[in-house]
Amino acid sequence: MTDELPKTNAATGAADAAAAGQPLLRIEGVAKSFGTFRAVDGVSLDIKAGEFFALLGPSGCGKTTLLRMLAGFEAPDEGRILLGGEDIAQALPHERPVNMMFQNYALFPHLSVRDNIAFGLKRAGMARADIATRVAEMVALVKLEGLEKRKPDQLSGGQRQRVALARALARRPQLLLLDEPLAALDKKLRESTQAELMELQRRLGTTFVIVTHDQEEAMTMASRIGVMKAGKLAQVARPRELYEAPRSRWIAEFVGDVNVFEGEFKLRDGHRLVIATRDAGTLVTAEPREPVGETKLSVAIRPEKVKLSRRGPVSEAGREMAINSLDGVIADICYLGGTTTYKVKLDAGGTVQASVVNSARLDVDAYSVNQNVVAWFTPDDCVVLQS
Amino acid sequence: MSSRRIFARPARFAAIAPYLWMMLFFLVPFAFVLKISLSQTAIAQPPYDPVFDLTAGWEALKTALAALSIDNFRLLISDDIYVFAYVRSLTVAVTATALLLLIGYPIAYGMARLPRSWQAVAMVLVIVPFWTSFLIRIYAWINILQHDGLLNQILLALHLVSQPVVWLSTDSAMYIGIVYSYLPFMILPLYATLAKMEPALEEAAGDLGAPPWQVFWLVTFPLSLPGVGAGVLLCFIPIVGEFVIPDLLAGSNALMIGQTLWLEFFTNKDWPVASAAAIVLLVVLLVPLLLYERLQKRQLEQGR
Repeated sequence: MTDELPKTNAATGAADAAAAGQPLLRIEGVAKSFGTFRAVDGVSLDIKAGEFFALLGPSGCGKTTLLRMLAGFEAPDEGRILLGGEDIAQALPHERPVNMMFQNYALFPHLSVRDNIAFGLKRAGMARADIATRVAEMVALVKLEGLEKRKPDQLSGGQRQRVALARALARRPQLLLLDEPLAALDKKLRESTQAELMELQRRLGTTFVIVTHDQEEAMTMASRIGVMKAGKLAQVARPRELYEAPRSRWIAEFVGDVNVFEGEFKLRDGHRLVIATRDAGTLVTAEPREPVGETKLSVAIRPEKVKLSRRGPVSEAGREMAINSLDGVIADICYLGGTTTYKVKLDAGGTVQASVVNSARLDVDAYSVNQNVVAWFTPDDCVVLQS
Repeated sequence: MSSRRIFARPARFAAIAPYLWMMLFFLVPFAFVLKISLSQTAIAQPPYDPVFDLTAGWEALKTALAALSIDNFRLLISDDIYVFAYVRSLTVAVTATALLLLIGYPIAYGMARLPRSWQAVAMVLVIVPFWTSFLIRIYAWINILQHDGLLNQILLALHLVSQPVVWLSTDSAMYIGIVYSYLPFMILPLYATLAKMEPALEEAAGDLGAPPWQVFWLVTFPLSLPGVGAGVLLCFIPIVGEFVIPDLLAGSNALMIGQTLWLEFFTNKDWPVASAAAIVLLVVLLVPLLLYERLQKRQLEQGR
């Protein structure tokens, strides 16, 4: 039964939008202030039908306010919100074909699981028999069979999360908004639920917009991520691009760990850039995709791209690859199970973090504190950032 | 082990203390009143008979016990005055409580939706009347409601009436007084439940397609029922036994049970009948209390 979920609302809305060559959701110059605080400051964004889009950012960055404007709980001061071509910016929540899954689920405590899920269907004036069918369908979809008569208080955290999801999906919204949907779950449950959410989204074809402060969660689930900072969209990109080609130092540091060396442009040699850094000597990087000025620049390297060896390269080929070789001494070791993070104090003055996969069970290869090492990385592993 | 013993004794005392309190200040006086209600009036000091005298010996006590009767309760049932007084008390209490709920709910709801900093101010405004003596406030109402009082002056000035309206010694005056006096007792428990209700619940209802009035009836109101119950009880019970407000503001043609009781006690010096009336009042009031408790228990069992 669950395999044949009719894709009525979601699918037709999406089809209409796609036929018109338009995104399902278009946010145009949306801004919202609370008093003098500009919570959302001129955000424009297109989301296509069927996307799993994540709004990622630290608390207070405006991502939740943006989501609440999509749901209709806040009205934007400026800008338009087009859903399937229609401006819904000023529409009330109950007038929108959009549903939301709330952070703390907001299940109605006085209603059973069944009545919670049926709430939206009853409001839509659905026939009694159809409601029963749809509720059964949703209950099966989120695997809550046998719990229909329970009250929310009698459910575990994970079960409550499923009820919230079923309730939000029951009306087959064109757009499902999820506000930190996994924040209240413990780590193990969160991981399995991530997989289930993705699977569900693929099967239903509903467009998901999720708000999260957890970059790993966003990377795992979303097909595209919008990083927000101080009310603005800092970067919109696929997870891989966001991680490997962050547009600013702030994004690089917010999404994962990163080593950043500040410096100055020195010379350009073919596809290479030479940058003199303060803390790591002269580094050679690949020419960035977006042109940079010949001024102050930073070089960012992810810790897992930094390799360690006991001595420098011997062969000519090795020297070419390890063109960025930094001598240093192990200052700190952080064992994380799957990987170990070494903090290397560089002779040039700075420190660099190297994340090494523990591929062997016995630690014959492990380094010890105070050991002399060479930390190296290729020009392609470097990201050049305008400071 | 030793630390447990140290804590065990005060804990046990803490558990017993409320019962001791109830024994001393409720059950013992109740026993006195119950005993007086089974006695007969007498021109004596105290004005009833028999009087238990524990020093007079066993035989005297037995005679005294034999002299007790339920005649006073028979009188209460057979005489229309008392039956009417009970009916009137209940009618007034039901009407006034309904009015209080109708007026108090929107106020409490509005308070709970104010910005946090304003809620404290609103709370003080609700409580502020308590800083003036209750009696003074009721006398102030007499002033406002009298023939050339403030209310009539305003009504005349606004040309809403052409003649001064008679307010004093009417039921309207009494209801104004009761609603005014009891409003905080209705607002505060309602406000407490409404303020702690998660705002996301109302948003969720709206999100699922409920227009504002449905959000209220399907989510807000059902979830505020514990507050409604507490407010209704806090008002209903004392209003049934209310004496001062009807005595000062209402006419004297239909008395509430509190006034009847006062008459029996002080004017007629009939302590036994007054006591019997008090006992019946207590029983009448126990019914809604027990019902409320059963309801709460059921909710608790269902909810948890």
